[in-house]
Amino acid sequence: MLPRPFRVLATRRETHDTMTLELAALDGEGLPFAPGQFTMLQAFGVGEVPISISGDPGRPDRLVHTIRDVGGVTRTLCAAREGDVLGVRGPYGHGWGVSDGAGGDVLVIAGGIGLAPLRAAVLELVASRDRFGMVHVLHGARTEADVLFGEELLAWASGSDIELAVIVDRAATSWTGRVGLVTELLGGAAFDPGRTLALVCGPEVMMRFVAAGLVARGVPPGRVRLSLERNMRCGVGLCGHCQLREYLLCVDGPVLSLDAVRRQLGVREL
Amino acid sequence: MRSLQDLLAEHPFFAGLDESTVSMLVGCSTNVHYRAGEYLFHEGEPADRLFVVRRGRVALDVHVPGQAEMVVETVEEGGVVGWSWLVPPYRWFFDARAVQEVSAVAVDATCLRAKCDEDPALGYALMQRVAGVMYHRLQSARVRLLDLYGAGRAG
Repeated sequence: MLPRPFRVLATRRETHDTMTLELAALDGEGLPFAPGQFTMLQAFGVGEVPISISGDPGRPDRLVHTIRDVGGVTRTLCAAREGDVLGVRGPYGHGWGVSDGAGGDVLVIAGGIGLAPLRAAVLELVASRDRFGMVHVLHGARTEADVLFGEELLAWASGSDIELAVIVDRAATSWTGRVGLVTELLGGAAFDPGRTLALVCGPEVMMRFVAAGLVARGVPPGRVRLSLERNMRCGVGLCGHCQLREYLLCVDGPVLSLDAVRRQLGVREL
Repeated sequence: MRSLQDLLAEHPFFAGLDESTVSMLVGCSTNVHYRAGEYLFHEGEPADRLFVVRRGRVALDVHVPGQAEMVVETVEEGGVVGWSWLVPPYRWFFDARAVQEVSAVAVDATCLRAKCDEDPALGYALMQRVAGVMYHRLQSARVRLLDLYGAGRAG
């Protein structure tokens, strides 16, 4: 439960409210993780928040977090500079299980900051690209300026045989891409539904719509995986803050399959 | 070169219509092409056609006084543009602009309305299709109204 000290090696601004931090442990020990897992990231003296790992699972020596400034702690984390020391607990939780998609097609569907927890999954797909069939990355964002990892998305598309589609909620007329809801990208994606693994992360309402669209296309609910977020505090299943009926998301999730949570997603105030 | 009959029959919007019905619609249709940046129509003009998009991307733009124009929706290959021909006073509500080179079939609205009046079965079949597209557009607009990406998750 004690945080390990990590030094900030580099920072990168992704959008007006989102930063990526690259960290390394002061003790020199790496932090092996599975894509989809998270850490409890601490700004000493300010607070601790759960943040998904957005880095390369093949580089455990570099812990990478992409953080959106949504409040006090995340504002401090986003303002971290090279050399600052942050506390890290974890990694925690169940990840995407990317390798379950081997031999079939993979859909990576992200809304807004939801692309951050999926970036690690895409990097795993890129690293073992020949094990998978079609790989689609579908990203919905609020505006063009909110598209996450823009250059990297293009690099994945051009260099890694990944089909990329981006859609924004609204745009200036200089935007030549698509405008609409992320679910609209499903229609243009070619995949074999029965042999597809879908990894979905974004606002819960968006995930419900996407999940419905995937099931309508014939993707088995057990092959649709969602990253859920509740108020994680301890990270180890003790405090109960992140309870979703029978699940404690910090240990049973954050990634769960649609067939496991479909009923819970329809319950208000849960 | 493909005939208008083929182009309409192959388009998802007309999927399921029989050959004779499609033939009837061909009489109302013309092939149209727009270069990137050209407008299919402007806000306030008479809404006289339904555009069946075969290739390219069309943006629906709205002018916001004091601000730059905004794109509220794009329509791709396989989609259709234009409902205002269905409802009086038959005026376009948005601008429609070709973002990329666009190939479409333009169906004359007066002709189309007349055929629907003459043949209620055709009218019903077309209204079902139009309602389906409108339903999805309305869902999309409503969900986007929630501005879901604007709040919540930290990373």
